[in-house]
Amino acid sequence: VTGKLSAKRTFWTNETPTDLEAVTGYNNFYEFGTDKLEPVKYASALTTRPWTVKLDGDCAKPQTVDIDTLLKGALEERIYRLRCVEGWSMVIPWIGIPLAEVIKRAEPLSKAKYVAFETALRPKEMRGVSDRILQWPYVEGLRMDEAMNPLALLAVGLYGDLLPNQNGAPIRLVVPWKYGFKSIKSIVRISFTTREPPTSWNRYAPREYGFYSNVNPQVDHPRWSQASERRIGEFKRRPTLMFNGYADNVAQLYAGMDLKKYY
Amino acid sequence: MKAKRGFTLDIALICGLCLMPVLWLVWRFVQNDLGVNPVETVVRQLGVWGLRLLVLGLALTPLARLLRQGRLIRWRRPIGLFAFGYVTLHLLSYVVIDQYFDWAQIWSDILKRPYITFGMVAFVLLIPLALTSFNAAIRRLGGVVWRNLHRLIYVIVPLAALHYFLLVKADKTMPLVYAAIIAILLGWRVWEWARKKV
Repeated sequence: VTGKLSAKRTFWTNETPTDLEAVTGYNNFYEFGTDKLEPVKYASALTTRPWTVKLDGDCAKPQTVDIDTLLKGALEERIYRLRCVEGWSMVIPWIGIPLAEVIKRAEPLSKAKYVAFETALRPKEMRGVSDRILQWPYVEGLRMDEAMNPLALLAVGLYGDLLPNQNGAPIRLVVPWKYGFKSIKSIVRISFTTREPPTSWNRYAPREYGFYSNVNPQVDHPRWSQASERRIGEFKRRPTLMFNGYADNVAQLYAGMDLKKYY
Repeated sequence: MKAKRGFTLDIALICGLCLMPVLWLVWRFVQNDLGVNPVETVVRQLGVWGLRLLVLGLALTPLARLLRQGRLIRWRRPIGLFAFGYVTLHLLSYVVIDQYFDWAQIWSDILKRPYITFGMVAFVLLIPLALTSFNAAIRRLGGVVWRNLHRLIYVIVPLAALHYFLLVKADKTMPLVYAAIIAILLGWRVWEWARKKV
């Protein structure tokens, strides 16, 4: 994979990456419309420079980080599977910075048990936010140990290039063992909290979307069976793997937890 | 003037129009233009057209009365049968191209996922209506029995709309538009019935 961004390849699957056209043309980004073909049409309205991410909350060094500072640092390329809660999946070559590295800059206090994320809210640029389908801004959260897991990535690019707007430019979360909606896009704020932060889809339908939302073929969603998935570009469904195939990396985070209760 | 019977020009035109959506899908398939998730596109499009034709079928009687065009009544059969055709293709596409004959999964979908349960019930209820949509069946059953049987459509169309409403993840605008139209069409019947009773 070649492009404008140079990155060291650190973590990848040998599965064939999904076509760029599909990765950048079939998106769930409700700020630009609820249809999956709308983000590619309308996300170009989003201004991504200047862009800063505010780090605040329970931390010793709250600060504002400029996206270009992050881009100048060491970038990593990682090819991850992405599993959408709707039953489809892709394989995406991301470029980014481990989330843990950005978190460490702020020196979170020991009482900070969670990390809360917030997407930009720009009614003039985001035509979808006039529909109050979700409560804006979009918010997500991770437990601190999940956020510090080496798999958690803040992506700034894909396929060797800067992140297209419809994929969450200029910076988005990628947590590949969780359903796609946890991987919040166009982040403007990362806060450290002692209590479990609210998350957008959980607010919308708590029975359907839990805080954890780990990919789990044994826990069905009321609308979709999660036992199998359709890999975009393939015809036959394939079985969905526990933690999206990343059990070796993340299963220990949930040792002893009833994943049917904490879905 | 007595309405012409049999396969007249307007009926032929309706059949031609009703074939358009499926031909369009075939064309898009040939052109490799079904999008990033072609299976979803096919299943959804067939379902949406089934629902549209079901609602249109429900609209014909009130429209015929409103526009004083008795002829529209004769359009119910082709439109109803095409609706059944699209619903059948919709179900087949789910079984064949979406689930690829994974019967265990299909069965658990029917039992566990309310939107699929309602969709299946609607389909099953449509079968007797399709099977009795020819003149010999009407004669055999007698007009009253036939008409009562075909009143099942008042249950089927709301079930189909509920199936659609429940499967949409968040943006319920379109399902609510269908629900509103169906409510008006059924409400008109209740109103007519109440008016005649007085």
